[in-house]
Amino acid sequence: MRYSLLSLVRQAFRGHRGWAPAWRDPEPRPQYDVIVIGGGGHGLATAYYLAKNHGITRVAVLEKSYIGSGNAGRNTTIIRSNYLLPGNEPFYEHSMKLWEGLEQDLNYNAMVSQRGVLNLFHADAQRDAAARRGNAMRMHGVDAELLDENAVRRMAPFLDFDNARFPIRGGLLQPRGGTARHDAVVWGYARAADSLGVDIIQNCEVTGFVRQAGRVVGVETSRGEIRAPKIGMAVAGNTSRVASMAGLRLPIERHVLQAFVSEAIKPLIPGVITFGAGHFYISQSDKGSLVFGGDLDGYNSYAQRGNLAAVEHVLEEGMAILPMIGRVRLLRSWGGIMDMSMDGSPIIDHTPVEGLYLDAGWCYGGFKATPASGWCFAHLLAKDEPHEVARAYRLDRFERGHLIDEKGQGATPNLH
Amino acid sequence: MRVPCPFCGERDAGEFTCLGDASVPRPDASSPDALARFVEAVYMRDNPAGRYEELWYHGAGCRGWLRVARDTRTHEIHGVAFFGEPEA
Repeated sequence: MRYSLLSLVRQAFRGHRGWAPAWRDPEPRPQYDVIVIGGGGHGLATAYYLAKNHGITRVAVLEKSYIGSGNAGRNTTIIRSNYLLPGNEPFYEHSMKLWEGLEQDLNYNAMVSQRGVLNLFHADAQRDAAARRGNAMRMHGVDAELLDENAVRRMAPFLDFDNARFPIRGGLLQPRGGTARHDAVVWGYARAADSLGVDIIQNCEVTGFVRQAGRVVGVETSRGEIRAPKIGMAVAGNTSRVASMAGLRLPIERHVLQAFVSEAIKPLIPGVITFGAGHFYISQSDKGSLVFGGDLDGYNSYAQRGNLAAVEHVLEEGMAILPMIGRVRLLRSWGGIMDMSMDGSPIIDHTPVEGLYLDAGWCYGGFKATPASGWCFAHLLAKDEPHEVARAYRLDRFERGHLIDEKGQGATPNLH
Repeated sequence: MRVPCPFCGERDAGEFTCLGDASVPRPDASSPDALARFVEAVYMRDNPAGRYEELWYHGAGCRGWLRVARDTRTHEIHGVAFFGEPEA
C-alpha cells in the first residue's frame, strides 16, 4: 500500500482498520542469493539497495532480535557531512544527498529535518581548524559557513558566550545537516525492502558459518541452516563476535556510549549544537526533549549501559555552554555499543574469507551513514568491487598505513 | 563502577583512565616478521565478550599502572594488580 494524504484520509474515515502490516514475517527459505546479517539501519538499507539498484531480490536480512533493536534505536539522530579528510567527505556527502531524497524514495516519513549543525569554537586555534575543515568541505562541494561570534549570538542567544574558561568565539555551520527520526529510518527501509521481495527474518540469531572448501556458503541460525553464495555482515557492536565464528580477528573494539534525553520543553534549540572544547552535542526533538550525548565511557563493554563518571562529564560539558539546562530534569539515559575501529573510520570490504563481506567499525558515525553504508555495501556485494565513495574503507588499510584518522588520535579506539 | 586499587583501595572509575588490552606484548623489532607482528599488536584485538585483561591508569590517585581483569558483559572486576607484579 502506497502511503499518501489520500490513503490517510481514506483510513481516517474507516477508523484506521484497513492498514496492512508494513512488512511480512516470512519463514526463512533454505537458499538465497545474498544474506545480510543484522537487521539494523545499515543491514536493511543494504538489502533495499541490493534489490533496487542491482536487481538482486533473493535477499534475506537476519536479525537476532527485532529490527532496529540495536544502535539504530540508541543514537542521537544527527545527520551531517562535515568531515575533513578526502577518504571520508565524499562518502558522508553521498549519504547526506541520499537523506535529502530518502522520504520520497522510500515513501515513508523519516522526519528528515535539515535544521543545521553548528560546531562551536572557543579559541583562535580552533577557529583556524574550523576554517580549514569548512574549506575542505567546500572543495568537495559541501555547504559550510564560518560564523563569527555575533552570527552565533543571533542564532543561539542562550549560549554562555562569556564563559570564563570556554568563551564562544564563533562556529562552523553546515546548514544542510540536521536530524532524522531514527526508528522511522529503520521501518522505512524495512518496508521498502520488503515490498521489493526481500525477506526480513526477525528473532533469527546467527550461531555459526557453513564452510565449504575454505569459503563461506551459508549460516547456521537459531531457525536452521540458510545458504547463500554471498554473506554480508552489518552487525556493528557485535562485529568481533560474529567475525570470530569465521575465524577472523579485526581492528575493532567494542565500547559503550551513553546518550540522554530531558523532559520536553518549549522550542529552544534551533538545530544541532556542539561544544568545541570537549565532546558534547545537543539538539531538540520535535516532542520538545533535549537530546544530547558526549564521549565514550572509555573501556571495552558489551553491557549496553555506562557509568556515572561519564554521565557527570557529559552534564558538566553541557553546563559549560548551556547553563540553563541545569534547570531541566533528565528523563532518561541509555548506553549503546559502538564498533570502535582503530582509526575512527568504518570498514566496507571483503574479508579474507571467500564469500564473507564486512560492513563495520562505524564508531560514532553510524546513524548519519545509514543510507550511504547500505548503498556502498550493496554495491560491493553485487559487483565485488568497492563503490567509488567508499574506496578508502578497506580492511587492509591498517597494515598498509593508509589510516583515515579524522581526529588524529592514533590506534586508540576509546579516544576516537 | 569502582576499581579496587591495590594502593588506594576501592575508588570511583572516574579517577582512572583505561588504556585497553593488557595482553599485547611489544613485538621484537629485530625479528624477520616484525612488520606483521606490529600490525597484530597495534591494530588487531580479540575484543572478547567476557573476561578481559586491561591496563588502567590511576591518574587521580596513586598514578600507578594497573592490570585489571574485568568482565566486559557485566563490568564486574575479578582482580587488580600493579602492572608487572603478580596479583595479590
